[in-house]
Amino acid sequence: MASESELNAGIEDGVRRRDFINIAAVSFAGVGAVAVVLPLVNQMNPSADVLALSTTEIDISAIQPGQAIKTSWRKQPVFVRNLVEKEIAEAKAVPLSDLRDPQTIDERTKPGKENWLITLGVCTHLGCVPLGAAEGENKGDFGGYFCPCHGSHYDTAARIRKGPAPTNLVVPPYEFTSDTVVTIG
Amino acid sequence: MSFPWAKPYEPKHPLMKWMDEKLPIPRLVYNATGPGYPVPRNLNYFWNFGVLAGAALMIQIITGIVLAMHYAANTGVAFNSVEHIMRDVNAGWFIRYAHMNGASMFFIVVYLHIFRGLYYGSYKAPREMVWLLGVVIFLLMMATAFMGYVLPWGQMSFWGAQVITGFFSAIPLVGEPVRQWLLGGFVPDNATLNRFFSLHYLLPFVILGVIILHIWALHIPGSNNPTGIEVKDEQDTVPFHPYYTAKDGFGLGVFLLVFVALTFFSPNMLGHADNYIPANSLSTPAHIVPEWYFLPFYAILKAFTFNFLWIDAKLWGVIAMFASIALLFFLPWLDSSPVKSSTYRPLYRIFFWVLVADVLLLGWCGMQPAEQPWVILSQLGAIYYFAHFLVILPIVSRIERPLPMPNSITEAVLAKHAPDAASGPAAA
Ligand code: HEM
Ligand code: FES
Repeated sequence: MASESELNAGIEDGVRRRDFINIAAVSFAGVGAVAVVLPLVNQMNPSADVLALSTTEIDISAIQPGQAIKTSWRKQPVFVRNLVEKEIAEAKAVPLSDLRDPQTIDERTKPGKENWLITLGVCTHLGCVPLGAAEGENKGDFGGYFCPCHGSHYDTAARIRKGPAPTNLVVPPYEFTSDTVVTIG
Repeated sequence: MSFPWAKPYEPKHPLMKWMDEKLPIPRLVYNATGPGYPVPRNLNYFWNFGVLAGAALMIQIITGIVLAMHYAANTGVAFNSVEHIMRDVNAGWFIRYAHMNGASMFFIVVYLHIFRGLYYGSYKAPREMVWLLGVVIFLLMMATAFMGYVLPWGQMSFWGAQVITGFFSAIPLVGEPVRQWLLGGFVPDNATLNRFFSLHYLLPFVILGVIILHIWALHIPGSNNPTGIEVKDEQDTVPFHPYYTAKDGFGLGVFLLVFVALTFFSPNMLGHADNYIPANSLSTPAHIVPEWYFLPFYAILKAFTFNFLWIDAKLWGVIAMFASIALLFFLPWLDSSPVKSSTYRPLYRIFFWVLVADVLLLGWCGMQPAEQPWVILSQLGAIYYFAHFLVILPIVSRIERPLPMPNSITEAVLAKHAPDAASGPAAA
């Protein structure tokens, strides 16, 4: 017991100098480890060349009403669809409360160009390319797009109506540079 | 670590004595797989599959390292480099087909190994750690096989990568950033292919490490056996060598026969023709399905087609799929029956076979398009799968009346082999 007090020499308020040194050393090593891990994790993120936001110009003059084309932007498929009156009317007739991801067709097209439906061709479920852009492909139960991977049906405004996908097909950022040319990105 | 009657290692040759003092690897081998390791005398052929899984891993590592000498992980040339292996490299077709079918053989033996554990209660105390490490190995194998399948950069490679990394985009808030972090881009591309190759090379060696832990944990209580009764004394055991080296050797021969038959006569039977079409990021194959060994889990994913409570269908599917595997981590505590072997569990035995049928049904549904009646069958199959582990098993293990058990392994074995004592266990 006598040696106990000797061991505890230098104690103030029950804290030994050695405890302080231990905590300081381990915390310092911890900070160092985090500083090393961060770049190791971050290197996995998209690199600068991948991020360099490319733009794609599309000539839409040849797309007849009722037709659609498939092109690509940032290596992802893009659908450009020239809707007919009936398809627009169908999309407008749906009450928003029926939609899983409520959006009107006006919110998904540009003013005065509501026949041009431009979306990514990437199913919001797990990323397959839905069918329905090319002639004769299955357009699903709602006349828009159909993803065969796990059965998601999109309507004429490319909004999700049935199946496992959570959200509507994404509308990418785009501009009409003229009446016949669209720039995506 | 072993039974007290284990034969001690006594090196005779001076060289072996010298070695034993410096680096006792021969001692380790002798005590782990040699005459110094006593094993229950009654193991049946279902106890071969662990060794076979190890053999399959070695085959994958050897053929894989050879493939890596000729393969190039760059989206511009990956597909052609695999064709180059198939057409130009000497015996390249053989090595690649062996690697492709070796992966399937690996999963076949591991699935049998897992169901062996389920039937004979090998996951129970004192072997919970062995089971837990086994589930870790299973997860690592799935990751490895998935990334390997991406390497040839065919249509199935690309779309498999797209769909499987898509699972992570289901995570609320951080999902999409996590997915981009995994891919190193917005879609699977060169960054993805490169990192997958790096990890596909690494993970088998991680698996090897976990296998060492798995066997280490096993060798503390020793193997379970078809009666599920623990070893009581020396007459319950035989030395591993020569008894089980011979039995495993025979099993290995049968395994290799099946493996070469598959590799030589039907090398593409378990694959998908679409993977011989180069990756095209603008067109998904009409019918995408994963490799056969993922099908039951894929069916569970596909079973969720509607939003439910406050969670959307996509997240449900992904949660359910991961949960169906994670559930296995809790199995040792979901089954509270002290009786291990199904031989003495009349009720559990029935539900075991129903579970096997359910997993096969799910596998079948996983192959089918997302249409009726497959969707409803997947839903029923998925419900049953979870019910088996979370409801049926806990209840059965409480209400079941086990059959009378013999007092020891030896008693069970002798009762089985002496005709006049055929009713031995029942009478005991
Ligand atoms: C756990 C063990 C392993 C499993 C389950 C596994 C699985 C697979 C699978 C399923 C493929 C795709 C085959 C195809 O469709 O062409 C593949 C390809 C490949 N693996 Fe592995 N593998 C394993 C270990 C290894 C190892 C240790 C290496 C060595 C570096 C390796 C190197 C490769 C290479 C270079 C390819 C691309 C060539 C090809 O597609 O045939 N693998 N692997
Ligand atoms: S990826 Fe489209 S439904 Fe699953």
